[in-house]
Amino acid sequence: MMTPLKFFNPVLGLVIAPFLLGIINRTKAVFAGRTGQPLFQPYYDIWKLLRKGAVYSRMTSWVFRAGPVLGLAVALTAMLLMPFGGLPAAISFKGDLILFVYLFGLWRFFTVISAMDTGSSFEGMGASREVTFSAFSEPALLIGLAAIAKCTGYISLTQMFSSVVPELWLRSGPALVLAGVALLIVFLAENCRIPVDDPNTHLELTMIHEVMVLDHGGPDFGLILYSAALKMWLLGQILIGIVVPIHSGNIWLDTSAAIVGMLLLAVVVGIIESSMARLRLLHVPQLLIGATTLSVLALVLR
Amino acid sequence: MNNTADIIMIFLVLTNMMLLGLSRLGACIRIVALQGIALGFLPLILNHWDIEVHLVLFSIVIISLKGIAFPWMLNRTLRELATQREIEPFIGYGISIIAGTIALVMCMWLSSRLPFPEPLMSPLIVPVAFFTIMSGLFLIISRKKALTQVLGYLVLENGIYAFGVALVGKQPMLVELGILLDIFVAVFVMGIAIFHINREFDHIDTDQLSRLRS
Repeated sequence: MMTPLKFFNPVLGLVIAPFLLGIINRTKAVFAGRTGQPLFQPYYDIWKLLRKGAVYSRMTSWVFRAGPVLGLAVALTAMLLMPFGGLPAAISFKGDLILFVYLFGLWRFFTVISAMDTGSSFEGMGASREVTFSAFSEPALLIGLAAIAKCTGYISLTQMFSSVVPELWLRSGPALVLAGVALLIVFLAENCRIPVDDPNTHLELTMIHEVMVLDHGGPDFGLILYSAALKMWLLGQILIGIVVPIHSGNIWLDTSAAIVGMLLLAVVVGIIESSMARLRLLHVPQLLIGATTLSVLALVLR
Repeated sequence: MNNTADIIMIFLVLTNMMLLGLSRLGACIRIVALQGIALGFLPLILNHWDIEVHLVLFSIVIISLKGIAFPWMLNRTLRELATQREIEPFIGYGISIIAGTIALVMCMWLSSRLPFPEPLMSPLIVPVAFFTIMSGLFLIISRKKALTQVLGYLVLENGIYAFGVALVGKQPMLVELGILLDIFVAVFVMGIAIFHINREFDHIDTDQLSRLRS
């Protein structure tokens, strides 16, 4: 495989990822009958934040400053592991799906620890919620990926997703549907979308992720927003890998099909957000346990 | 063909999981009704849609009893009750779902150890039938309301029925109809009993009934 092509995949993600947020916001605006913000607003936001200066509390240490940078670094590493459409991953080895899942764990650890570093009890509360919910969503993600690995018979992400073909859907469709639904729930939970967390609220009692990054400002916050967009792109790639089983051999055709799938996924998220209410915090673990159950079911079926 | 049976089996597992995780009695009744309707199609699917009077009649009886008659009777009872939800079950909903997942894996293991004389129509039928039986039992022992326990009884019977259909493609209709009649009478009596318990004591919590005699 040509080297430039390998790196085209991560670059594609770096460029398109914030656009998904723009599409979600536009879908929600259409549902609410508003004009909505421009489609490229997330890019403007990130650019504006990156040009600002940062203010650091005297109480914080280097951990606080390392959080956003590490988040971006982890996101970039994870992007190297993920295949997309016809494009293979830049780095691929057996069992890289476990590294993929635990990169998210590392990322979460540094977000949490930099939130705790501020010494604000408010951020500690957000961190506690994040850790609680991720303890439920991580098994769902890992077991869901394991189910797909079992269906396809490969344990590296590139081989796994390149062997999800229409024939596989005919052979083990039910397992793929179950794993897909479980991963959709994980996608919504990890990206703080509506049934779990409302990305628009700034009320202290309803938010999880927003709480943890309240004290970050300027370029740091810009990096956090950008890495959050990348996280959505990364988890979306898993879903698209299952749901868009187009492998015609033509790299450009496959990749554009995957990109269209990704944009449709953003529209679906927008529709979910406009038509559902946030769950009570007490019911979120139930939803995530349900997702884990679906993953286990997908795993034992095939 | 087998795929349709597989889909019904997965539907069965999902509905069982929902029953384990839901607290609203009305929703539970609807789910059990859907389960009954799906099971009614099972004998037809397993016999490759061979339209025989015997089978079609059997399916119609199953669907009308499990999908229409039982839910109707239970709904009528539910309307008379003061409570619409299961409150504080012995085992919480999250734990129930986890227990269900463990039970499912156990059933898969158990059925892989069972030797069968001839290959079954769908490899999923036996584990899922076991799992349905287990979740019915679990509902009976872990919930307090008498209505949920009746639902557990129905789910248990659904599991036994699925197991029977899987093993013997065409059961003697007389035997099956006899069993159905038994269940019909049982649900009928239980519906009336719940109604009377409710009128007498203003609740249907079975754990409080054991203290009546003192």
